[in-house]
Amino acid sequence: MTITAPTFEWLQLSPVLVVLLAACVGILIEALVPRVWRFLAQVVLFELSILAAFMLLVLSWSQPRNSLGLMAMGAISLDGPSYLMWASLLVFGLLSLLVFAERDLGNGVTAFAASAASVPGSPAEAEATTARHEHTEVFPLALFSLAGMMVFVAANDLITAFIALEVMSLPLYLLSGMARRRRLLSQEAALKYFLLGALSSAFFLFGVALVYGFSGSFELGAINDAIANPVYGRGLLYTGMAFLAIGLLFKIGAVPFHNWVPDVYVGAPTPVTGFMAICTKLAAVGATVRVFYVALGAERWSWQPLLAVVAVLTMALGVVVALTQTDIKRLLAYSSISHAGFILVAVVGATAGAQGRVNSFGSIVFYLIAYGFATVAAFAIVTMVRDSTGEAHAISSWAGLGRKNPLLAGIFALLMLSFAGIPLTGGFIGKWAVFSAAWQGGYSWLVIAAVAASLVAAYVYLRVIVLMFFSEPVAGVAVGRASGLTWVPVALGAALSAYLGLFPGPLLDLVTSASTFLR
Amino acid sequence: MTFPWLTFLGLVPLVGAAVLCLPVKQIARGVGMVFALLTAVVGVVVAVLYAGGATLGELAPWIPAFGAWWAVGLDGMSLVMVLLTVILVPVVLLAEWKVGTRGRWTPQAFFGLVLALESLSLFVFLAQDVLLFYLFFEATLIPMYFLIGGFGGARRSYAAVKFLLFSLAGGLVMLASVVGLYAVSADLTGSPTYLLGELSQLTLSPEVGRWLMAGFLFAFIVKAPMVPVHTWLPTAAEESTPGTSVLLVGILDKIGTFGMIKFCLWLFPEASQWVAPAMVVLALVSIIYGAVAAIGSNNLLRLVAYTSISHFGFIVLGIYTFTSTGISGSIFYMVNHGFSTAALFLVIGFLISRRGSALVSDFGGVQKVAPVLTGLFLMAGLSGLALPGMSSFVSEFMVLAGTWSRQPVVAAIAALGTVLAAVYILRMYQRSMTGPVTDDVARTFTRDATAREKWVAAPVLALILLLGFLPNLALTVIEPVAQSTMSHVGVTDPKPGEEAK
Repeated sequence: MTITAPTFEWLQLSPVLVVLLAACVGILIEALVPRVWRFLAQVVLFELSILAAFMLLVLSWSQPRNSLGLMAMGAISLDGPSYLMWASLLVFGLLSLLVFAERDLGNGVTAFAASAASVPGSPAEAEATTARHEHTEVFPLALFSLAGMMVFVAANDLITAFIALEVMSLPLYLLSGMARRRRLLSQEAALKYFLLGALSSAFFLFGVALVYGFSGSFELGAINDAIANPVYGRGLLYTGMAFLAIGLLFKIGAVPFHNWVPDVYVGAPTPVTGFMAICTKLAAVGATVRVFYVALGAERWSWQPLLAVVAVLTMALGVVVALTQTDIKRLLAYSSISHAGFILVAVVGATAGAQGRVNSFGSIVFYLIAYGFATVAAFAIVTMVRDSTGEAHAISSWAGLGRKNPLLAGIFALLMLSFAGIPLTGGFIGKWAVFSAAWQGGYSWLVIAAVAASLVAAYVYLRVIVLMFFSEPVAGVAVGRASGLTWVPVALGAALSAYLGLFPGPLLDLVTSASTFLR
Repeated sequence: MTFPWLTFLGLVPLVGAAVLCLPVKQIARGVGMVFALLTAVVGVVVAVLYAGGATLGELAPWIPAFGAWWAVGLDGMSLVMVLLTVILVPVVLLAEWKVGTRGRWTPQAFFGLVLALESLSLFVFLAQDVLLFYLFFEATLIPMYFLIGGFGGARRSYAAVKFLLFSLAGGLVMLASVVGLYAVSADLTGSPTYLLGELSQLTLSPEVGRWLMAGFLFAFIVKAPMVPVHTWLPTAAEESTPGTSVLLVGILDKIGTFGMIKFCLWLFPEASQWVAPAMVVLALVSIIYGAVAAIGSNNLLRLVAYTSISHFGFIVLGIYTFTSTGISGSIFYMVNHGFSTAALFLVIGFLISRRGSALVSDFGGVQKVAPVLTGLFLMAGLSGLALPGMSSFVSEFMVLAGTWSRQPVVAAIAALGTVLAAVYILRMYQRSMTGPVTDDVARTFTRDATAREKWVAAPVLALILLLGFLPNLALTVIEPVAQSTMSHVGVTDPKPGEEAK
């Protein structure tokens, strides 16, 4: 009996490895570096490691010969979609982590609890707060989560996908509970997220088992082959498919698995909310598309109609409930739910498109990127609008912001327009791409439903603009003086939201050309 | 490579708007005016080039993944709309010189938004690519939204949101159609495109064509606006400043009727003929309803808005009765209506700025205290009721003549609208300008028309008279468009005497 040594493609997988390594080094920094230096060390570490990972990714992608294919003994499928998702995750990860490190807004300390382990209101907490302690573990935690996301979107078998799902989720549960202010709310959010997240993971795992029972394999390509030439009846497949879908749709935040989204988004520290709103969504959508297109592509006739119903429900609930919100973070949470619905519209379409023209996967990635830039900037702005108790979350306290700080209010208005999908913003092109993908896939009725939802959505975002520009200012609310760590994501997010609305061509070409899944 | 005149034309006001984003508070209005005049000059240059037989147009790939192009081009209809726009904008800026000096929105913001709006509307008229057109069509809403919501009456925020939601509803329905058009062109040709020239050559099945056409038409009906989706216009006109209303009614609403010809008729000839009877009925309803509502209005701005709804009915009637006279008349009507509404709104603005109220009942006997203003008001009003000698007479006559040759009964009902026009204009004039001078009017009308106000009204009224006596200046460029549209749709003019059958 010969045992072949496992192969491992170091260069191609180096982006993930660098992020994971940096996370481990971050833990060591916590253990070994004196408290005064930790913050600086962590910030430099995450910035350098993500930039390095990005450069390695570009390096490996630009080598056409052997950069694509199944890596790490078939566990990772490194294809165009993986590279695209990795690149987006690294960019958005870096931008949202910058906001983590903002200290100027919080009077010299970050937005994270001084001592997360102490009981809220206890003497221990007061002591830690007075000593101006900070939890710098948030940076390695976020890096672990980011690495999990990167594996999740590229996983070529369901076991790898499940492990990646857990690596990505566990740090997020912790991070959600670490807000410096409103700590009980934050802890409640963390607990809720953990319990529901664990439940959804269990569903996912059970789905993996059932699909294995049907196909005899965890590999996505093998599952697809088994569907084409079935050995057993389809009962196992359908049940397994449903359970897989529950697990994935939970992470996306689609109705009816959306209940955690508003509470967690509100309770979590705002920088973490921004990180979840874009990176978690990217990863979850990426994995969903891979599982459904690659493993279950042969069975699309049975999941397309169901997913279409979920998409309609998600869009409708997201926009209608957003209408009644009075808290800006809650509004953005429901907005994020509705965006999940719009993305699912394109997922349902599952169209290959004409040669060189936009297809389903390309439209999904473009939508996510446009949404990502707007989201990253929007949550960064939420951290900047403050009253005496911290961030001012009541929408009514944003009244008249256009008069207090025209630049910031103008940027926020631009982001709202991008969310609403008004022309000359990236959001519009994204919506356009998503709609044409769905229509070409034969789902014209879904496009019409999405158009109706867009109208309601427009009113949601307009309400904020009206309040900022046409209402009398509220006393006691001001825009905090933030450092470049917050301004860079804000400026970049706004600039790219506008740029993608005017010149979407290069990015669309890129996402369209790199949309072939390997199996 | 030739100089890209059309792109340049649209970019000049945009550069002006960008300059006004800089802190130039002291000279903001002057800078804005310079850019508006510069645009007008470029517009005239373009017109001269076009008249000289130059082929103007630019084509460059824009979003290859959608098959969308940066395609701008000019025909007779776009040319007259471009000229209307570049002439009205400096006039509006001059008329609104004092805008926002007391409020919290600055004149700088007003001038910048108007220039941005001008740039976007110019591109709307020039676009030869459906996606490009849609993009600018929707984008014009944003500056207009801030113009209504930032400057105007007490309920301006409500009016702005109402305007935007109506327009967005229309626009989003059209979005579905535009996306559908893309999918259909992918099915038919294998390489989907958004170029108007290529799309108009597609042969769509009747069912598909009708559905897609309906989406476009709905957006244009809301935009124009026609009864029953007109309710946003009176609110918007009543709450915004007169200058904004001029831009809204004079330029932006024309995109509706412009789009009916350029998109509904050119992309969906079969479906347009199919829908024509319904459109004729809607047009008649708009003509009569607008006129009656105008007679019943006590607010000057609201009244003018309703007269516009009536006039838009005429324009639509000319388009959907499919005669070359009627379509030429409709296009000419768009220009004339732009100028006559501008004159009315702006002169009314001068009256309101003195009296502090827009209610007809708050005026009375103005002609004794401000004879020049009254004269300007009368001229503008007579242009609105299409008096012979005014340009609006020519176009209204052409629309009615065209309609008569096809459907005499319809023409007769529409002619009722011209009678009602005389009622609403003259009644408004009588109630506000004649009669005894009320105390409030005597107290508030301390000055007759200022030099600035005369300079605002003079060019517009002069153009109305010029085009009234020499309509061929415009008709020579308009008529070829009407002819080619007719032949594309596949209808011929009825022969004389045919209507008797």
